[in-house]
Amino acid sequence: MTNHRESAPRRESLHGVWRPGPVVRAEDIVPIESEADIVTARQRGRTLGAEVGFRAGELALIATAISELARNIVLYAGRGEILLTKISEGGRIGLLIAASDQGPGISDLTQAMRDGFSTSGGLGLGLPGVKRLMDEFGVVSSPGRGTTVTAKKWKR
Amino acid sequence: MEVPILKQGAYLIASVQSALADAEMIQLRDALVDKVGKFRSRGVIVDVTVLDVVDSFATRTLRDLAHMIRLRGAETVIVGIQPEVAFAMVQLGLTLEGVGTALDLEEGLAFLNQKTQSVE
Repeated sequence: MTNHRESAPRRESLHGVWRPGPVVRAEDIVPIESEADIVTARQRGRTLGAEVGFRAGELALIATAISELARNIVLYAGRGEILLTKISEGGRIGLLIAASDQGPGISDLTQAMRDGFSTSGGLGLGLPGVKRLMDEFGVVSSPGRGTTVTAKKWKR
Repeated sequence: MEVPILKQGAYLIASVQSALADAEMIQLRDALVDKVGKFRSRGVIVDVTVLDVVDSFATRTLRDLAHMIRLRGAETVIVGIQPEVAFAMVQLGLTLEGVGTALDLEEGLAFLNQKTQSVE
């Protein structure tokens, strides 16, 4: 996707790092450059999620997670992209969201993953909340080089 | 897409028709805060039944909207938050503290009638 993810010399990692599954069926890359792209990203996620076969309730959770991740990109990095991919692994199928930017990065990931951090004003990282909305979650960030948040939802 | 605002007696009813971008949320807030004065309304209903996502920005804007309208002397009630939307909001730690909510339009009207003691 982006070069910096492969070449970043030093990364902090929490809660696991996403690695591509064996089968990639379809994907969609949504550039995030302004707040208007947030709506686009969550609608595209909803469309792809519907193709995977998620129910309405699950689609709402996926769309909300995408909305928060896209908003983080706009707020903290200015621009980035959201990759949406249908995934399949060991007989189950799902959706992967990868939100990446080359912004300032998160200096303290532990703090960013702490519940309540920066959510009091209603705007902010909200990463623990996104983690709760999804089944699997990972974040990689290098100060000065950017952040990639990956989250998976499996169809039940 | 602009949210239509209907005047119904002493109340204003804003029915959100589609997903709203941030700028449109702000536009709705400002329009309601303005129209409450223009129509001397005593209550505002914001119907968000069609929204499948109420994220951090939307929550904050709805909260700001309700508080600004209260400062203008009217009451606000948010109606139609869907079950999955409520679930996602709770998971994200988003709250509408201090903001009136009701199940649907009918309950919203009852809420305002009680709050403003007016007779529709």
